[in-house]
Amino acid sequence: MHPGSPQKTRSVFHNVDWLTIFLYLCLVLIGWINIYAAVYDADHQSILDLSRNYGKQLLWILSSFVIIAVILLLDSKFFSTFAFGFYGLTILLLILVLLIGTSVGGNQAWIAIGDFRLQPSEFAKVATALALARFLSGNNIRMQDMNTRFLSFLIIGIPVGLILLQKDAGSALIFSAFILVLYREGLSSFVLIIGVVLTTLFILALVIEPVYLALFLLAGGGLLIYRLRKRRKLITMLSLGLVISLAFIFATNYLFYEVLQPHQRSRIEVLLKDDIDLRGVGYNLNQSKIAIGSGRLLGKGFLKGTQTKYNFVPEQSTDFIFCTIGEEWGFLGSTLVIGLYVALLLRIVHVAERQRAAFTRIYGYGVASIIFVHLIINVGMTIGLVPVIGIPLPLLSYGGSSLWGFTILLFILVKLDANRMGAIR
Amino acid sequence: MNAYFERKYVIQGIIIAAALILVARLFYMQVLDTQYRLSAEDNVLRRNVVYPARGIIVDRNNNILVQNQPVYDLMVIPKDMRPFDTLELCKLINISKEDFARKLDRAKKYSYHKASLFEKQLSDTVYASLQEALYQFPGFFVQNRTVRNYPHNVAAHVLGYVDEVTEADIKRSNNFYRQGDYIGRSGIERAYEEVIRGHRGVYFELVDAFNRPMGSFQDGRFDTAAVAGEPLVSSLDLELQQLGEALMQNKVGSVVAIEPATGEILAFVSSPSYDPNLLVGRTRGNNYMKLLRNENNPLFIRPTQAQYPPGSTFKPLMALIGLQEGIVTPDSRFPCYGGYRMGRLTVRCTHNHPPLNIAQSIQGSCNAWYCHEFARLIDHNPQAASASDAYKRWRTYLENFGLGVSSRIELPYEATGILKEASYYDDLYGSGRWRSSNIISLAIGQGELGTTPLQLANMMAAIANKGYYYRPHLVKSIGDEQYVRPEFTTKMETGIDERHFEAVHDGMERVFEPGGTGVYSRIEGIRICGKTGTAQNPHGKDHSIFTAFAPRENPKIAIAVVVENAGYGSTWAGPIASLMIEKYLRDTITRPDYYINRILEANLLPERKTQN
Repeated sequence: MHPGSPQKTRSVFHNVDWLTIFLYLCLVLIGWINIYAAVYDADHQSILDLSRNYGKQLLWILSSFVIIAVILLLDSKFFSTFAFGFYGLTILLLILVLLIGTSVGGNQAWIAIGDFRLQPSEFAKVATALALARFLSGNNIRMQDMNTRFLSFLIIGIPVGLILLQKDAGSALIFSAFILVLYREGLSSFVLIIGVVLTTLFILALVIEPVYLALFLLAGGGLLIYRLRKRRKLITMLSLGLVISLAFIFATNYLFYEVLQPHQRSRIEVLLKDDIDLRGVGYNLNQSKIAIGSGRLLGKGFLKGTQTKYNFVPEQSTDFIFCTIGEEWGFLGSTLVIGLYVALLLRIVHVAERQRAAFTRIYGYGVASIIFVHLIINVGMTIGLVPVIGIPLPLLSYGGSSLWGFTILLFILVKLDANRMGAIR
Repeated sequence: MNAYFERKYVIQGIIIAAALILVARLFYMQVLDTQYRLSAEDNVLRRNVVYPARGIIVDRNNNILVQNQPVYDLMVIPKDMRPFDTLELCKLINISKEDFARKLDRAKKYSYHKASLFEKQLSDTVYASLQEALYQFPGFFVQNRTVRNYPHNVAAHVLGYVDEVTEADIKRSNNFYRQGDYIGRSGIERAYEEVIRGHRGVYFELVDAFNRPMGSFQDGRFDTAAVAGEPLVSSLDLELQQLGEALMQNKVGSVVAIEPATGEILAFVSSPSYDPNLLVGRTRGNNYMKLLRNENNPLFIRPTQAQYPPGSTFKPLMALIGLQEGIVTPDSRFPCYGGYRMGRLTVRCTHNHPPLNIAQSIQGSCNAWYCHEFARLIDHNPQAASASDAYKRWRTYLENFGLGVSSRIELPYEATGILKEASYYDDLYGSGRWRSSNIISLAIGQGELGTTPLQLANMMAAIANKGYYYRPHLVKSIGDEQYVRPEFTTKMETGIDERHFEAVHDGMERVFEPGGTGVYSRIEGIRICGKTGTAQNPHGKDHSIFTAFAPRENPKIAIAVVVENAGYGSTWAGPIASLMIEKYLRDTITRPDYYINRILEANLLPERKTQN
């Protein structure tokens, strides 16, 4: 700080990115209104009723504003300085939750303090993003070094491992978002491509009989090799890829049926194989699809959704909040919400790229990646593109830990960005 | 420092591409595909069946015979069930846990998605306590139903009963009925099922995932109202029916009274009877089995299912046939020396009558007169070429009076009576080798002749009308429009000219004069025409039979009474008939109490060997 400098009188909002804040407020407001719609009943009409989820959500929103103020008042160096400290603290919390955690819905992911329940994995995302940014922005760090890659994956891997131990595979999956960050910082695009190919193969292997898929791949691969027969090196690579793919296909089936636990398997099965057990595991998904599908172009109107209003969709104010949007606001409303997210994500990427400090840039990509993966998995789950994984829709879903987590995640970036001129590195 | 800057575009591309995939999927689901829309309506709409009230049944004076009483059926839709406290539900509706599992199994077997009956006919009190807790049992709901109720507890055989439809009923009705529907099984309930059952209605209700009703669907635009069944006006006269049942208590037999001018049945007593309320409600099955096992067979509809030789009550008809065939005149006299003799054959007569004319022969019930007449009718009928031919002519008259043929009354499994074809005797004795002496018993209503009490009453109605009758029936009119089925207003001619009836009516009236067999049944001031009968019963004591109509001019009631194993017609059946007639014509009974009490208190039930 520079005592006596004109900066002292600056408002905390000096130089903040108003567009990001505007998009944030839009999404939070949309969330609050739809939580109201999702749990609405005629007996509790006041949106301020604190006994209902929407009343509580208002408290979470207001407390988020306090958090925002605190973050904006902090010195921007605070975050890079204590990045590893936060990370270490979070790891401790994750271990603690394993020891004294409360089990909610099969996941031992909560620490209960009185009525208040804390979900450390929400904060682990922020801490990991900070730690990764701090590590990668260090001097002489190059993604090409084996060491760098190893440590990067270690930073991501420790919380993933601990969260997996809580049996919260959904939250653990979110950390795959950091692949995008690593990619931006120079990780070979090969990794990204392999990731996409393997995911596609995994899903195909479960949908199509592995034997047919293998034959199809062999035929396609053979044709490609024949066409490219002049280019030896490429052929070698292709052949290798083909062999690995085939091995993966059969491994997938083994993995799926032998390694995955029944509840995980059935969640995936429900998605991939139509109409099995619609009352059991598939119930949520089916009801969710019905809710969204019945919204049609313009939706049924605010508070008029029959599916969500009459409690056909479980968890509708939390993980399945998108159902309410899809049912009551229709295709236009859902597209608008997705559009807002895309605008926010692109804005974050833009903000990240305009930084002089690598720390802020890397952190910015971390923020974008986490929100992005949340968005794709959550919305994809409600419309049947992705297996049912219990993760919230950023800023929209009901829940204090979630809203606080994303607020902190986002506003650390806003604070860092506001200070982009002041702090080099 | 800022290497790999261009990868920003790749990442932006990934974000946009992924978002586009989501939007494309949403577009497909929300705009193109219609399946989810329909599913949503399925989800929140519950189709409730509104059961129509069955039509009520009143007597000819608008007294209610059958009405409806509300009960509550507990229904279940297995797909909507969630785990709940089964024990609590069992306690509320008072069934065991095993019953619960069994019933649920049955419901699931019927349909997983459609509502089926779980526990039927809960009473008001059970319903009241269940209603409050019902929200705890998702998948269950209560459906209002009605069951039949019989305030006067009479005419069980006429009214019949209803029962739940069986699979076969449903199939036969082309799926008009659904599981749990009621269908008339007997009596009027069965015969008029199609008008009395009404039409089911449907209303759609929005329900949430816990099956809680959330209001009507689109303000009831798709609802259809239930149409109540048509009310029926029975031809019965409640008070007359009640009197008949009282008089017949502790006796086995029948009373059938018909209004001759219309064929409407005024009283239809089958004794022993039962309380129709027994065949309603949850104990119906047990009660039914008890009735079925009862040794006096109360479920047997004696007026239409029991057949007796008509005995002497047949004589007026015999006289009429002789007159119409021209083989006797009202003044024809036949000798009686205490019986009819022909060769070795003797038909005994109760008295040693002087030669009697027609009226006297009826009054005194002279067997000899009718044997002589029958011999002349069969053996010396100028209009017939042979005995067989003459028999056929005689037989046709009987059929014209409704004997030996179904009356097609609205009750199931009616007996047609016994009336042999001429070919039967051809087979028995050889063609052309039989004559009156072979079948002389028929002359006095015995032998191979069987009539139901209904047929006897109908025969009386035809005689009262002097030559025609209307098909006897139990329902006067249908619905609020008072529709009368045309077949009940078609005159059935007997082929006997009106002029022949005077002499016969004379004789039948004289039955109640001193020297007549029915003098004990006489009613001062009412001109009754009647005829006693005693049907020989090879299994035991003779059956007491009496047929009559009154008043002689412009008759209002024709009646047949049969009391099984009670001896002479004049002893029991006659007084019962005369009390019925007086009650109907005067609305009060002027006879002294001992006269009525003798009948009310008599126990003529057949003695049974005690079972070990």
